[in-house]
Amino acid sequence: MLAAPAVPVALGFSDAELAAVRADVPILSRTVRAGRRLVYLDSGATSHKPRQVLDAERAFYEQHNAAVHRGAHQLAEEATDAYEAARAAVAGFVGASADEVVFTRNATEGINLVAYAMSNAATAGPQAQRFVLGPGDEVVVTEMEHHANLVPWQELCRRTGATLRWLSVDDDGQLALDDLAQVVNPRTKVLAFTHVSNVLGTVNPVAELVSRAREVGALVVLDACQSVPHLPVDLAALGVDFAAFSGHKMLGPLGVGVLWGRRELLGAMPPFLTGGSMIEVVHMASSTYAAPPQRFEAGVPVAAQAVGLHAAVDYLSALGMDRVHAHESALTKALLEGLAELAWVRVIGPTSTSERGAAVSFVVEDDGVAVHAHDVGQVLDDLGVAVRVGHHCAWPLHRRFGVAATTRASFGPYNGLDDVQALLDGLHRVREVML
Amino acid sequence: MDLYQELILEHYKRPHGAGLREPYGAQVHHVNPTCGDEVTLRVQVQGTGSDAVLRDVSYDALGCAISRASTSVLYDLVVGRPLHEALSTHTAMHAMLTSRGADAGDEDVLGDGIALAGVAKYPARVKCALLGWMALTDALTQAGAGPTGHLTDAKESAG
Repeated sequence: MLAAPAVPVALGFSDAELAAVRADVPILSRTVRAGRRLVYLDSGATSHKPRQVLDAERAFYEQHNAAVHRGAHQLAEEATDAYEAARAAVAGFVGASADEVVFTRNATEGINLVAYAMSNAATAGPQAQRFVLGPGDEVVVTEMEHHANLVPWQELCRRTGATLRWLSVDDDGQLALDDLAQVVNPRTKVLAFTHVSNVLGTVNPVAELVSRAREVGALVVLDACQSVPHLPVDLAALGVDFAAFSGHKMLGPLGVGVLWGRRELLGAMPPFLTGGSMIEVVHMASSTYAAPPQRFEAGVPVAAQAVGLHAAVDYLSALGMDRVHAHESALTKALLEGLAELAWVRVIGPTSTSERGAAVSFVVEDDGVAVHAHDVGQVLDDLGVAVRVGHHCAWPLHRRFGVAATTRASFGPYNGLDDVQALLDGLHRVREVML
Repeated sequence: MDLYQELILEHYKRPHGAGLREPYGAQVHHVNPTCGDEVTLRVQVQGTGSDAVLRDVSYDALGCAISRASTSVLYDLVVGRPLHEALSTHTAMHAMLTSRGADAGDEDVLGDGIALAGVAKYPARVKCALLGWMALTDALTQAGAGPTGHLTDAKESAG
């Protein structure tokens, strides 16, 4: 772990601090493709795990393993305490209260939970009326959404007869807000958008969008998958109603995500998945349900993964999210500046380096000949440089920019300028081979 | 690297038989959902039964070097051939590409196609190399000339 900051915050981590972080992440010491150093630039897809996270998950299984919230034996007590401590830690990490944090399998499940709860609302009694959608109602998303924050809303509209609308994206990768007042209107029941684009790196104007949603009484659902792991986020202060993020993108284990919701909304919302652990009283013909967050956690919960996520937020907190953000911003800036010198690389998204997430997507093209992203990724992979290629689960956004696929580099706290340089060097090799 | 042999890059940069042509008996559109690669492919079969000949395969491909080179190789290997030979070429190509490197391919059967043998070692790219070939068998089926009991890939989803 890091000692006290030795360099000004704006510069991110010192070499020694970066070396310490890298030493904590075991996978970074392996080699790939004939002995090359792993240059991992795909943290936007999933992050690598510090030993502290792996140790915490292992310790849970070795010392406390039990079904949480069931049983009265000592292990069950310890497992429950560990699970609830994880909830409190994760809540604290995003400025929330523990009873507003629901553990899910991933962010996708969190968003689906809200969407399905809304379609269950029609038959869930008077307190759930505010969640009911029908013909004439509208759900608004944006053109830059990850499929996880698009398809669940398409499906909700299909089930309820509501209409899906969206805010478009301009050529610089920003939301076009000229028609915000028209698209988000009194018929809008839900406004769902991403905090930070997983493709463009755009940081969306949450305050402006929330303000418009408030004027028309729409619920705001925030996809925080690319913000919570990379910058300080206070969900309550953002003013949104729900937010979803994934543990595995923030140094935590696979298999655990978070849905945060305002207490009064979670309290009035019907369940999505039903079964054990989420009930209050069960009879043969009908049941009543527990208060949140248990109402939304049917089945034996993912306790070991939650405990791992607890260790991840402790790790990130010890680094300091403002410093993580400063570090990754410095890398993003260095990459954008490096790419700007390559006339045959075109960045898709904001080219400005201020207010940008830790992902940069681009296409390689020269004289009208574009190198397919798969080929870019393959040549880079041979050099040990791992990037994401394809549409990054944002196909409509790629269509909007007229490209089938892009190459994306995305950063984590363990990346350094050497990784940026390896990518830039690799792109020269791509040009040699493919153009 | 193994993957981008000169021969592959040649086919990629100057694909053989590209473009959609008339006449044709069936047209299909196949997509690789992991990357959005697309191919529109037409077949023209002449004759029936054991006399059937694959007169033309024309295509419009959008995709990576591997998928485009593989479709170009496909054109060279199957156009003008008896249908049963075209189908066995498909079988040989499929076997090589899905062998994880165990099957280096027979140059007598696969011609330039053996340059694609390296793809088998990169599982994520096998779908790219198979895109045109799967479109071919689908188009032949739609034209009533497809393989019977022939292996077909389950459609994969992603993203």
